[in-house]
Formats: sequence, C-alpha cells, structure tokens
Amino acid sequence: MPAVLINRVLGVTGRILTLLLTVGITLIGLVALTFCIGRVVPIDPVLSVVGQKASEEVYQRVFLEMGLDKPLWQQFLAYAGKLVRGDFGTSFVTNRPVLSDLSGFFPATLELATLGLLAGTLIGVPAGVAAAYWHDKWPDYVIRFVGLIGYSVPIFWLGLVGLFVFYSRLDWVSGPGQIDVFYQGIVKPVTGSLLIDSLLSGEWEVFGNALSHIVLPAALLGYYSLAYISRMTRSMMLDQLSREYVLTARLKGATEYRAVMLHALRNAAIPLVTVIALSYGGLLEGSVLVETVFAWPGIGNYIASSLFRADINAVLGGTVLVGAVFILLNMVSDVVYQMLDPRSNLRRR
Amino acid sequence: MTAVNLTHAETRRQLRRARLSEFTKFARRFAGNPLGMIGLAILGVLLASAVFAPLLATHDPYLPDLVHRLSPPSFENWLGTDELGRDIFSRILYGARLTLLIVGLVVATSAPIGLIIGAVAGTSGGWVDAVFMRITDVFLAVPKLLLALAFVAALGPGIVNAALAITLTAWPPYARLARAEALIVRDSDYVNAVRLAGGSEFRIVFRHIMPMCLSSVIVRMTLDMAGIILTAAGLGFIGLGAQPPLPEWGAMISTGRKFIFDQWWVATMPGLAIFIVSLGFNLLGDAMRDLLDPHLRRRA
Repeated sequence: MPAVLINRVLGVTGRILTLLLTVGITLIGLVALTFCIGRVVPIDPVLSVVGQKASEEVYQRVFLEMGLDKPLWQQFLAYAGKLVRGDFGTSFVTNRPVLSDLSGFFPATLELATLGLLAGTLIGVPAGVAAAYWHDKWPDYVIRFVGLIGYSVPIFWLGLVGLFVFYSRLDWVSGPGQIDVFYQGIVKPVTGSLLIDSLLSGEWEVFGNALSHIVLPAALLGYYSLAYISRMTRSMMLDQLSREYVLTARLKGATEYRAVMLHALRNAAIPLVTVIALSYGGLLEGSVLVETVFAWPGIGNYIASSLFRADINAVLGGTVLVGAVFILLNMVSDVVYQMLDPRSNLRRR
Repeated sequence: MTAVNLTHAETRRQLRRARLSEFTKFARRFAGNPLGMIGLAILGVLLASAVFAPLLATHDPYLPDLVHRLSPPSFENWLGTDELGRDIFSRILYGARLTLLIVGLVVATSAPIGLIIGAVAGTSGGWVDAVFMRITDVFLAVPKLLLALAFVAALGPGIVNAALAITLTAWPPYARLARAEALIVRDSDYVNAVRLAGGSEFRIVFRHIMPMCLSSVIVRMTLDMAGIILTAAGLGFIGLGAQPPLPEWGAMISTGRKFIFDQWWVATMPGLAIFIVSLGFNLLGDAMRDLLDPHLRRRA
C-alpha cells in the first residue's frame, strides 16, 4: 500500500492530497458516466435532441454541432471541459442554460432536504440511543418496528396517503406546491429559501403558509432518514455500550445519563457523522420522488419533468449536480471524521 | 480403479450428507425466528399470487368496464376498480408477476456481475484490483436512483430497461463483498494447493474462490430485494418503468394519483401491496443476516 507510505512522509498534507485525488477521480468517473449515458447509450443521440420529425438539414447541423463526427475521447474532453466552465448545455424545454435552471431550483430542494435531515437526526439519534439502551425491551422493539416500516414503505405512496389524510380529510396542512398562489412573490428572494426569506422580511403570514406547505414533505423525508439514522445509531451504541470503558465509568459511580450520553454517545457520534452526511445525500436523491408527489419546485421535480420532455441535457445536468454534491458531502464527512477521531492521525488506512 | 471410484462416491455421499445436515440445522434455526417466518410467508403469498394469478383473479386485469369505473371496494370488486373499471385486486395479482420479473432480472444480472468483478479483483490484486475497485467506487459514489433515471431516460422507458438501469446501480456492493471474501481466501492453503496442482487462475477464481463468496452475496441479495422493489416502483411511478396497460404496482399508483382525494383506493391498494412485499423481503433479509452473518454470529 503506497498510500500508507505517502501518509507517513507527508502527514496531513499527504492525506488531504490523497483525499482530493480520490474525489477528483470519482468526479471524473461521474462525468464519464453521464457522458456515456448521454452520448453512447441512446441509439441515436441526435434524434434524442431534435426529435423524430426533424428534417435532414437540421439533423446534419445538430450532428456536427454535437461534435459527433469526432472521436469519442475528443467528445468526452469537450464535454468535460464545458462542465468545468459551468456550461451544462441548454435545456430544450425552457431554452435557458441548464445551470441557471438548476441554480433556480436548487434552494427549494436544499430547504426541503435540510429540514428533513434535521427532523431525522433530532429524532433518529435519540431513538437509536434509546433502542440500544433498552436493548430487546419494548422501546427497542417499537423503534425497530418504526424503522423497518420506514425501510419498506414506498415514499411517494406515503406522500400521496399523507396528502389524502392530512390535507384532504383533516385539513391540517396545505396541499402540493411551495406556497399558496395568493402569497406568491411577496417576499424578495435573498437566500432562496422561502422560510428564511419570509422570516428575514418579517412576513409572518407568508412564513406560516410556507411552513404549512413544507411540513408534510419534510416530515416524509425526515421519516425516511430517521429509519436509517436510528438503525445505525442503535448498532453503534450497542457496540459502544458493551465496551469496558462504559463499565468502568459506571463502576466509578457515573450516573446512567453520564455513562450513556457523555461516554458512549461521544464515541458513537464520530461514525455517525458519516451516517448523517450519507443520509443527507440520500435525501437530495429521495427528493426526486417526494418533489414529484408534492409538486415541489425543486431539482427533483425539474429532473422528473425534464425526463418526460426528453430533455436529456437537463436530466444529465441535474444528475451531475446532485452527484457532485453527493461526492463532496462524502469528502466533507471524511474530513470531519478525521478531525473528530483522535486515532485517525495514527491509524489511517 | 474401482477402489478409487468407490472412495470418491463415498466422499461425495459424505459431503452431501454434511450439506444436508447443515441445511436442516439452518432451517431449524430459521424456523425459530418468527419475524423471518412472517417474511417467508409473505414471499410465499407473492409467489403463489404470481403463479396462480389466472386462477385467483376474479376479473380480467386488462378488460375495461366503464360502467363500473372508479367504484369503491365492494363484494364484487374486493379492492375497488380503477379509472377504466378494471378490478384492482386482479391487477395487483398479475402485477406480482412483473414485480418478480424485475427483481429476478436485477438479481440474476447484478449479483453475478458483482461476484465476478469482485472475485477477479480480489484474487489477482495489483493494478487489476485497483482499476476495478476505482470503477466500483465511482458507481457507489453516484446517487443510485438518479443514475437509474438518467439511464432509463436515455434507453427509453420499459420494464426491461428499468431492470437494466437498476442492475447498473446495484452491482457495486456485491463486487465489494466478493472482493473482501476473495482477499481472505486467496492465499489460504487450499487455494495454494490447487495452484501447486497446476490449476489455472481461471479455475481458481471460478471453482475455488467464488463459491466462498457466495454466502455473503446471497445474504446481501435478500437484503437488497426490498430496495430493488422500491426503486422499480419509483421508476414505474415516475412513468419510466412498465408502460400501460401493464399492471405494474408503481405505475398503478401513478394513475391513481389523479383520484387520490376522491377515489383513494386506486392509488392506496397497489401501494399497500408494494409495502407488504418489501416488508416481507426486509424481514426475510434481516433474519438471514442474523443467522448467516459471521460477525453477528460471533457476538451472539
């Protein structure tokens, strides 16, 4: 393993370099993958752009424009170069650059996923700790059961059922969309998040309305991540609670709260960083289905509706963006992990 | 000559007996796991409804009956009818076939691909290993559902294309698993014995290393099936999986979506079917893992 040697010699810088290299390779892989999907997989990439009814002239022009006469590796380089410069191509539907479309839709997705992650973490971690503490007693069974259902339920279907029950029958929440038409355009977009923007401008009514719209989809995403987070927390805490240092703490007279929350949880918390980062990425992805159900003006909805209009540039652009965020999240969690874990300085890889 | 054959036959018989007793031991332990048995029962019901769909169905799943369109669950239509008056219960029964088809296709392709790549990478090591594992990492790092979406978008919708797309995103974990197992056994004495006896690398990988990777791959497979069902249903829901009039559960939810506020059963019933089946696979997978996972077994 040369990586070990490099680490020894260069220490921290070496580790950061290796990490950056890994991330770089993965990003190139992602771009190569989307390139293959866009250019190689379709029987005829030109047809997927111009449609079946285009005239021969248009066809030839697009064929040359797309550089399909050049060798594949040149096409790939051109594609990657464009991506690096932020050129994701033009959406055939909106006729605007895909990147500006994406940046318009991204805040709504981020808002939804962040709220979902907050809910999932704030409930999931304590639930996992409780399940591990009362291992094989009723709290453990209840929490595991709730988690198991979260793993098994189709999230888009749960969204529909949620809309039926809480919007149509009980009228507790607002329906699909980010905000009622009546409140649209009142707040100036500053951060892009409607909740924060309306708070900043002191528009309480708008805030309330936006909140009643986001509660259900965010709760769904929260449940989705809760299932994963509570399960991982439980198994990590089970592992920690059986260690001798916890026994030692108890023997020395530490309260149960201290032994569990301060000793065991602190050690379990380090790998939890990775778990939470991963589920954040999972939420960005899971939002494709949830956003479709709730007509949420986010990236997932954008990608799904582009799929139907055969807008391959938009689809691939969205995939690259979410994929890149996913990979960067992984990297950040890696770095945080190393900063938190005192052992990683000595025993890395 | 005959003596040699005799001993061979004897060892074979012993081997078979040992395998049989191992299996019955496993079956007995599995029977002691109630949740696993529930999962197995659900899987049994799924299989039965797929096989006997024509016998069990009360109506033709494709035949429109516009007089009775969107009628609520009743004695005549147990789970109600959809927007064309087709019986939802019968459609769900036939949909079980599509679900099994997709799961079968994905598992039958992704597990062997992952197994071969992982076993070859782990056994050969060096640059082969490095290259294969880098590729695997890239696939693992990219969000699965999105990749599948993009892939289907390029290939065009359809049930086989959906299965292909899911396969594309499902093989990397198997490769990882198989590689880890291969790394453990590749320098063991029995492999070296084969090598000394002149067995080719090809033979070593396929006859002697891969079988050792199988059990963990199988456990992972059962754990993955629920996820495959959910992804397939999601693709169907978006409209990229099975196309109408096929009674695929996700696609059924997607058509029922328009009626969710007034005729709730159209979307709810197929969703329940997906939920129950994936719950069954999850229960089964958890039970298998508890019984087969060497790490857990050691702790217990």
